[in-house]
Amino acid sequence: MFASCADPGSLDGAMWLACYLTSGKHMAFYASFGTVLVLLLVTAPVALACGFAGAVAARSDILPLRWFGRAYIAMVRGIPDIAFFLFVPIALDQGIEWLRHQVKCPDWDLPVRQGSDFVVCPAAKMPLSSAPQWVHEGYGFALAVLAFAVVFGAFAANVLFGAMRAVPRAQIETGEAYGMSGRQVFWRILVPQMWVFALPGLSNLWQILIKATPLLFLLGVEDIVYWARELGGSKTSAFSYPHPDWRLYYFLALLVFYLLLTHVSEMVFSRLTRRLSHGQATLAGDALRKAQA
Amino acid sequence: MKPAIVAATILTVAAGAASAQSVIRLATEGAYPPYNLIDDSGKVAGYDVDVGDAVCAHAHLTCEWVTNDWDSIIPNLVSGNYDAILAGMSMTEEREKVIDFTQNYLKPEPSSYVAASSDVDVKHGVIAAQTGTIQAAFVQESGATLVEFATPEETVAAVRNGEADAVLADKSYLVDYVNEDPDLAFVGEDVFLGNGLGIGVRQSDTDLRDKLDAALAEMKKDGSLNALIDKWMPNSEHF
Repeated sequence: MFASCADPGSLDGAMWLACYLTSGKHMAFYASFGTVLVLLLVTAPVALACGFAGAVAARSDILPLRWFGRAYIAMVRGIPDIAFFLFVPIALDQGIEWLRHQVKCPDWDLPVRQGSDFVVCPAAKMPLSSAPQWVHEGYGFALAVLAFAVVFGAFAANVLFGAMRAVPRAQIETGEAYGMSGRQVFWRILVPQMWVFALPGLSNLWQILIKATPLLFLLGVEDIVYWARELGGSKTSAFSYPHPDWRLYYFLALLVFYLLLTHVSEMVFSRLTRRLSHGQATLAGDALRKAQA
Repeated sequence: MKPAIVAATILTVAAGAASAQSVIRLATEGAYPPYNLIDDSGKVAGYDVDVGDAVCAHAHLTCEWVTNDWDSIIPNLVSGNYDAILAGMSMTEEREKVIDFTQNYLKPEPSSYVAASSDVDVKHGVIAAQTGTIQAAFVQESGATLVEFATPEETVAAVRNGEADAVLADKSYLVDYVNEDPDLAFVGEDVFLGNGLGIGVRQSDTDLRDKLDAALAEMKKDGSLNALIDKWMPNSEHF
């Protein structure tokens, strides 16, 4: 970073610390905060979409679809997150490779499962072993996002399912009285009104999602926990910046980061609740109306 | 997620991958200096890494480094996530049942006990070692109580905070800790485990193994391997 950092051994005090905190490894650490934020920003909408689809399926008139929706919600909610996070990426990866294997190598005669090994033909590897490193990392990250979305989608589905039922029956009836079709009632009356009921549950879910991001580390993604452990461990003079065990300070920094993140999202959600309550037939909506009058 | 989107994503990723040049992926742990480490610029470095780069240059291969946790490094090789392991891995009979090794790129090295006090009984005490290493297997059989850790650094930390009486690891790894921390010292006698370090490859990948093997033989002959030993492992034997 700085020209004077070329020889860390000769530095001391503040200058040493400045150079230490701007080393390439620390830059990777800072970038990994971005990884966590990207995961949150990508996963939240995908999970919400999964949840919406799940909730719609769970209250569908078509029996198999309803079974599917209810089974999805019940299954994912009942299984420990960690078990699911470890299961989904491996199952997805092997499933995709198996499908590609069937399509690309029809005349491959060796079994795919050999003891504990899962061996598909080279052309079916996902990503191909000749792919550059960033493709492998991107693929791993995408699998992680999917795993998060499936798990949090089930919780979101449960929240939205409840919220859809909380919309007052009178509102639906009014829509029907105006001659709206079932589809029109759903999109114009039910969906706009359900958010205010869903918001407390969804904000809770968002907080849990933030707190679950260190699980990325389990999935092999180099996130902030990985780098905090790697950087904090004691370093001998094999490294340019030897230091004793500093994991405590690194993990403390993570605590502060997560606390700030949840605090900021708390504020955003309370503003959002206020906005969505406008003109709603709820206590909060009524209070807003009276305040304006 | 919609199946169409998944399919589209897969196709894009696959198309991007297919246009790339053939690359040999080399795996290391990145947590066991001086064998392998992640240096302060965030890149892998160490004896394993320099040997791997030199071998690839001799064999005219394009190679790329991947870091992988130690405990899953062999399973991920076998399932094809990468093509070779250079991670300070000793050749043992047990490992040779699962993967193949090239000829050695380092002769058998002593393993040592390090403790915070000199009166530790390494035969009956609590000994820390990294999971899945030859040292862990040795402690298990020696009659001492074994406590395992996922990374080498944690094994030393366990001795410092009193969780374990001593740690057993490669001497080349521990020597820096002992030199730089006045509280730590070598105790007991060194033990010789394993048959030296080799490059691990899949058993079906004989072509790659022969190429790497030939390159190592060349490097032993022209002295370039000894130069790397001088650079990273000053206490180790030359070829």
